[in-house]
Amino acid sequence: MSKDSTPHSTAALAASFEEEPSQASVTSLPGGVTALKPFGWAKNNLFNTKLNTVLTLLCCAILWFAVPPMVNWLVVNAVWLGTSDECRAAAGACWSIIVVKHRLIFFGTYPFDEQWRPFLACALFVAMLGVSGVRAFWRPWLAGAWALVLVAMGVLMWGGVFGLTHVPNDKWGGLPITLMLSVFAITLAFPLSILLALGRQSSLPAIRSLCVGFIELMRGVPLVSVLFMASVMFPLFLPEGVTIDKLLRALAGLTLFTAAYLAEAVRGGLQAIPKGQYEAADALSLSYWQKTTLIILPQALRMVIPPIVNQFISCFKDTSLVTIVGLYDLLTAATVATTDPEWRPFFAEVYVFAGLMFWIFCFSMSRYSQWLERMANRYNRR
Amino acid sequence: MSENAVIELRKVGKWYNSYHALRDVSLTIRKGEKVVVCGPSGSGKSTMIRCINRLEAHQTGHIIVNGTELTDDVKAIEKIRKQVGMVFQNFNLFPHLTVLQNLTLAPIWVRGMAKSEIEEIAMMYLRRVRIPDQAHKFPGQLSGGQQQRVAIARALCMRPEIMLFDEPTSALDPEMVKEVLDVMIELADEGMTMVCVTHEMGFARSVADSIIFMAEGTIIESGSPAQFFENPKSERTRQFLGQILEH
Repeated sequence: MSKDSTPHSTAALAASFEEEPSQASVTSLPGGVTALKPFGWAKNNLFNTKLNTVLTLLCCAILWFAVPPMVNWLVVNAVWLGTSDECRAAAGACWSIIVVKHRLIFFGTYPFDEQWRPFLACALFVAMLGVSGVRAFWRPWLAGAWALVLVAMGVLMWGGVFGLTHVPNDKWGGLPITLMLSVFAITLAFPLSILLALGRQSSLPAIRSLCVGFIELMRGVPLVSVLFMASVMFPLFLPEGVTIDKLLRALAGLTLFTAAYLAEAVRGGLQAIPKGQYEAADALSLSYWQKTTLIILPQALRMVIPPIVNQFISCFKDTSLVTIVGLYDLLTAATVATTDPEWRPFFAEVYVFAGLMFWIFCFSMSRYSQWLERMANRYNRR
Repeated sequence: MSENAVIELRKVGKWYNSYHALRDVSLTIRKGEKVVVCGPSGSGKSTMIRCINRLEAHQTGHIIVNGTELTDDVKAIEKIRKQVGMVFQNFNLFPHLTVLQNLTLAPIWVRGMAKSEIEEIAMMYLRRVRIPDQAHKFPGQLSGGQQQRVAIARALCMRPEIMLFDEPTSALDPEMVKEVLDVMIELADEGMTMVCVTHEMGFARSVADSIIFMAEGTIIESGSPAQFFENPKSERTRQFLGQILEH
């Protein structure tokens, strides 16, 4: 974009700023005088046409009216460590409720004195997720480390050994539930979705119709009813005396639901692979599974990282729906925290906080996916 | 089956739905023979060559490669594909693998060769196609001519007895055609059995033992280059030669 072009939309404005900041921000005035950078940039990009001037002023007005009250409520007039009475007297947010109720929000109904255990389990889990994201650690020992961490988490959460009191998993709640449900559902759903997507392209009619049927059934039903079915109906099909844990049933429901959506994303990638790649693999006498795992999937999955991560994020947020089958995820625990009559008026603060927690995890996933995409598509660069 | 024939097609027929792509194609190729297949587009020449390693399935007749008949039997298909290398018009290199990985993948997974051993062989072939310095680049970083030479080296790494070329120079810029043809001529000189669909008549004239001319799914004429170029039997061949040799 040359510097005398006239961007009309804000998108073009942003693009011109991002792509060529050096050109856009320096204006050469007659006589070789260079204007101050921010001033020149604003004149060039924000006030260059009548329409842009109006839009700029309008945006400034909106920000002027919206931002100060927000900052006042969030920070300036907020009560951070006060009592509920001080909160009632104040005009701002009551963050005291978070300070007072954070244990309940994070760990739900887990026995209060034992809550260091879910805390440690979550810390281990998040640390391990972080480690798994680093390329240098993609070594065989990572699988061993995961096995150890999962065992450690199980011991911490359930207890019953090493002098830890036993805590049955209907007492679990809050962040551990949200994290474990979403991470396990994603981990299980991903390979399943690949099989479903491959099955949907299979030349065997039985496999194909089974996969199509499953995907269409899951996509055609709201997650809430899938969870209900998993929780209420599924036990009816089991033989007398056999019960499957409520948490596990919700996990199964969430996994199957996510897998169906993921499968369609993966299928998009499979369809984008040119026919020549299949033919070259065939001509080299690679078997179906060699062709699929060595040639097709590595290319197909790289192409669909954005929609796959989209689905991961969606799955993470969907865990908050398990409340309808009586599980205490982070959001449910937060809701419970607002039921205390003393703090009841301050539910907004609790939901802002819960939202922030969800946002932190989802935003991390989003950023990570951008890095992953760049790394995975190195070979496309010339 | 005739004496030392490595590829034999007997009355091969193929349809795409109602379109009759191959009509009773019969053909015998001896060991070490270089066959050039030419003809107008849609004449079935690519279809025929792709039937030889079962990228397309024929519906009637018989195809026998190195004593094994091609049927629906997966074992037979695998056996034949291991003996037959193929080079495509659009190279079809694996873009997510480096040049060296493109060469070593099939020998490692299909032939079970040790990585170090096949890497040495692969580098030998890359030297032969004159691009050893590109071994660790991705295909997307190479020119078309270089990519096609990698594709030839990739096929050779499987130690095939027969090489099929499906219009190997048609997708190349003119200045890159020669570097690929040079590699093919070297290969021919070494005695490789080659079946080559191409419009490069200079290559056909100097390298081919026999030239096959196809039109409308049948073989119209086959013979030595001398006979084919100097004294074509059918009117259809004369017409085709007139069209492509005019310029």
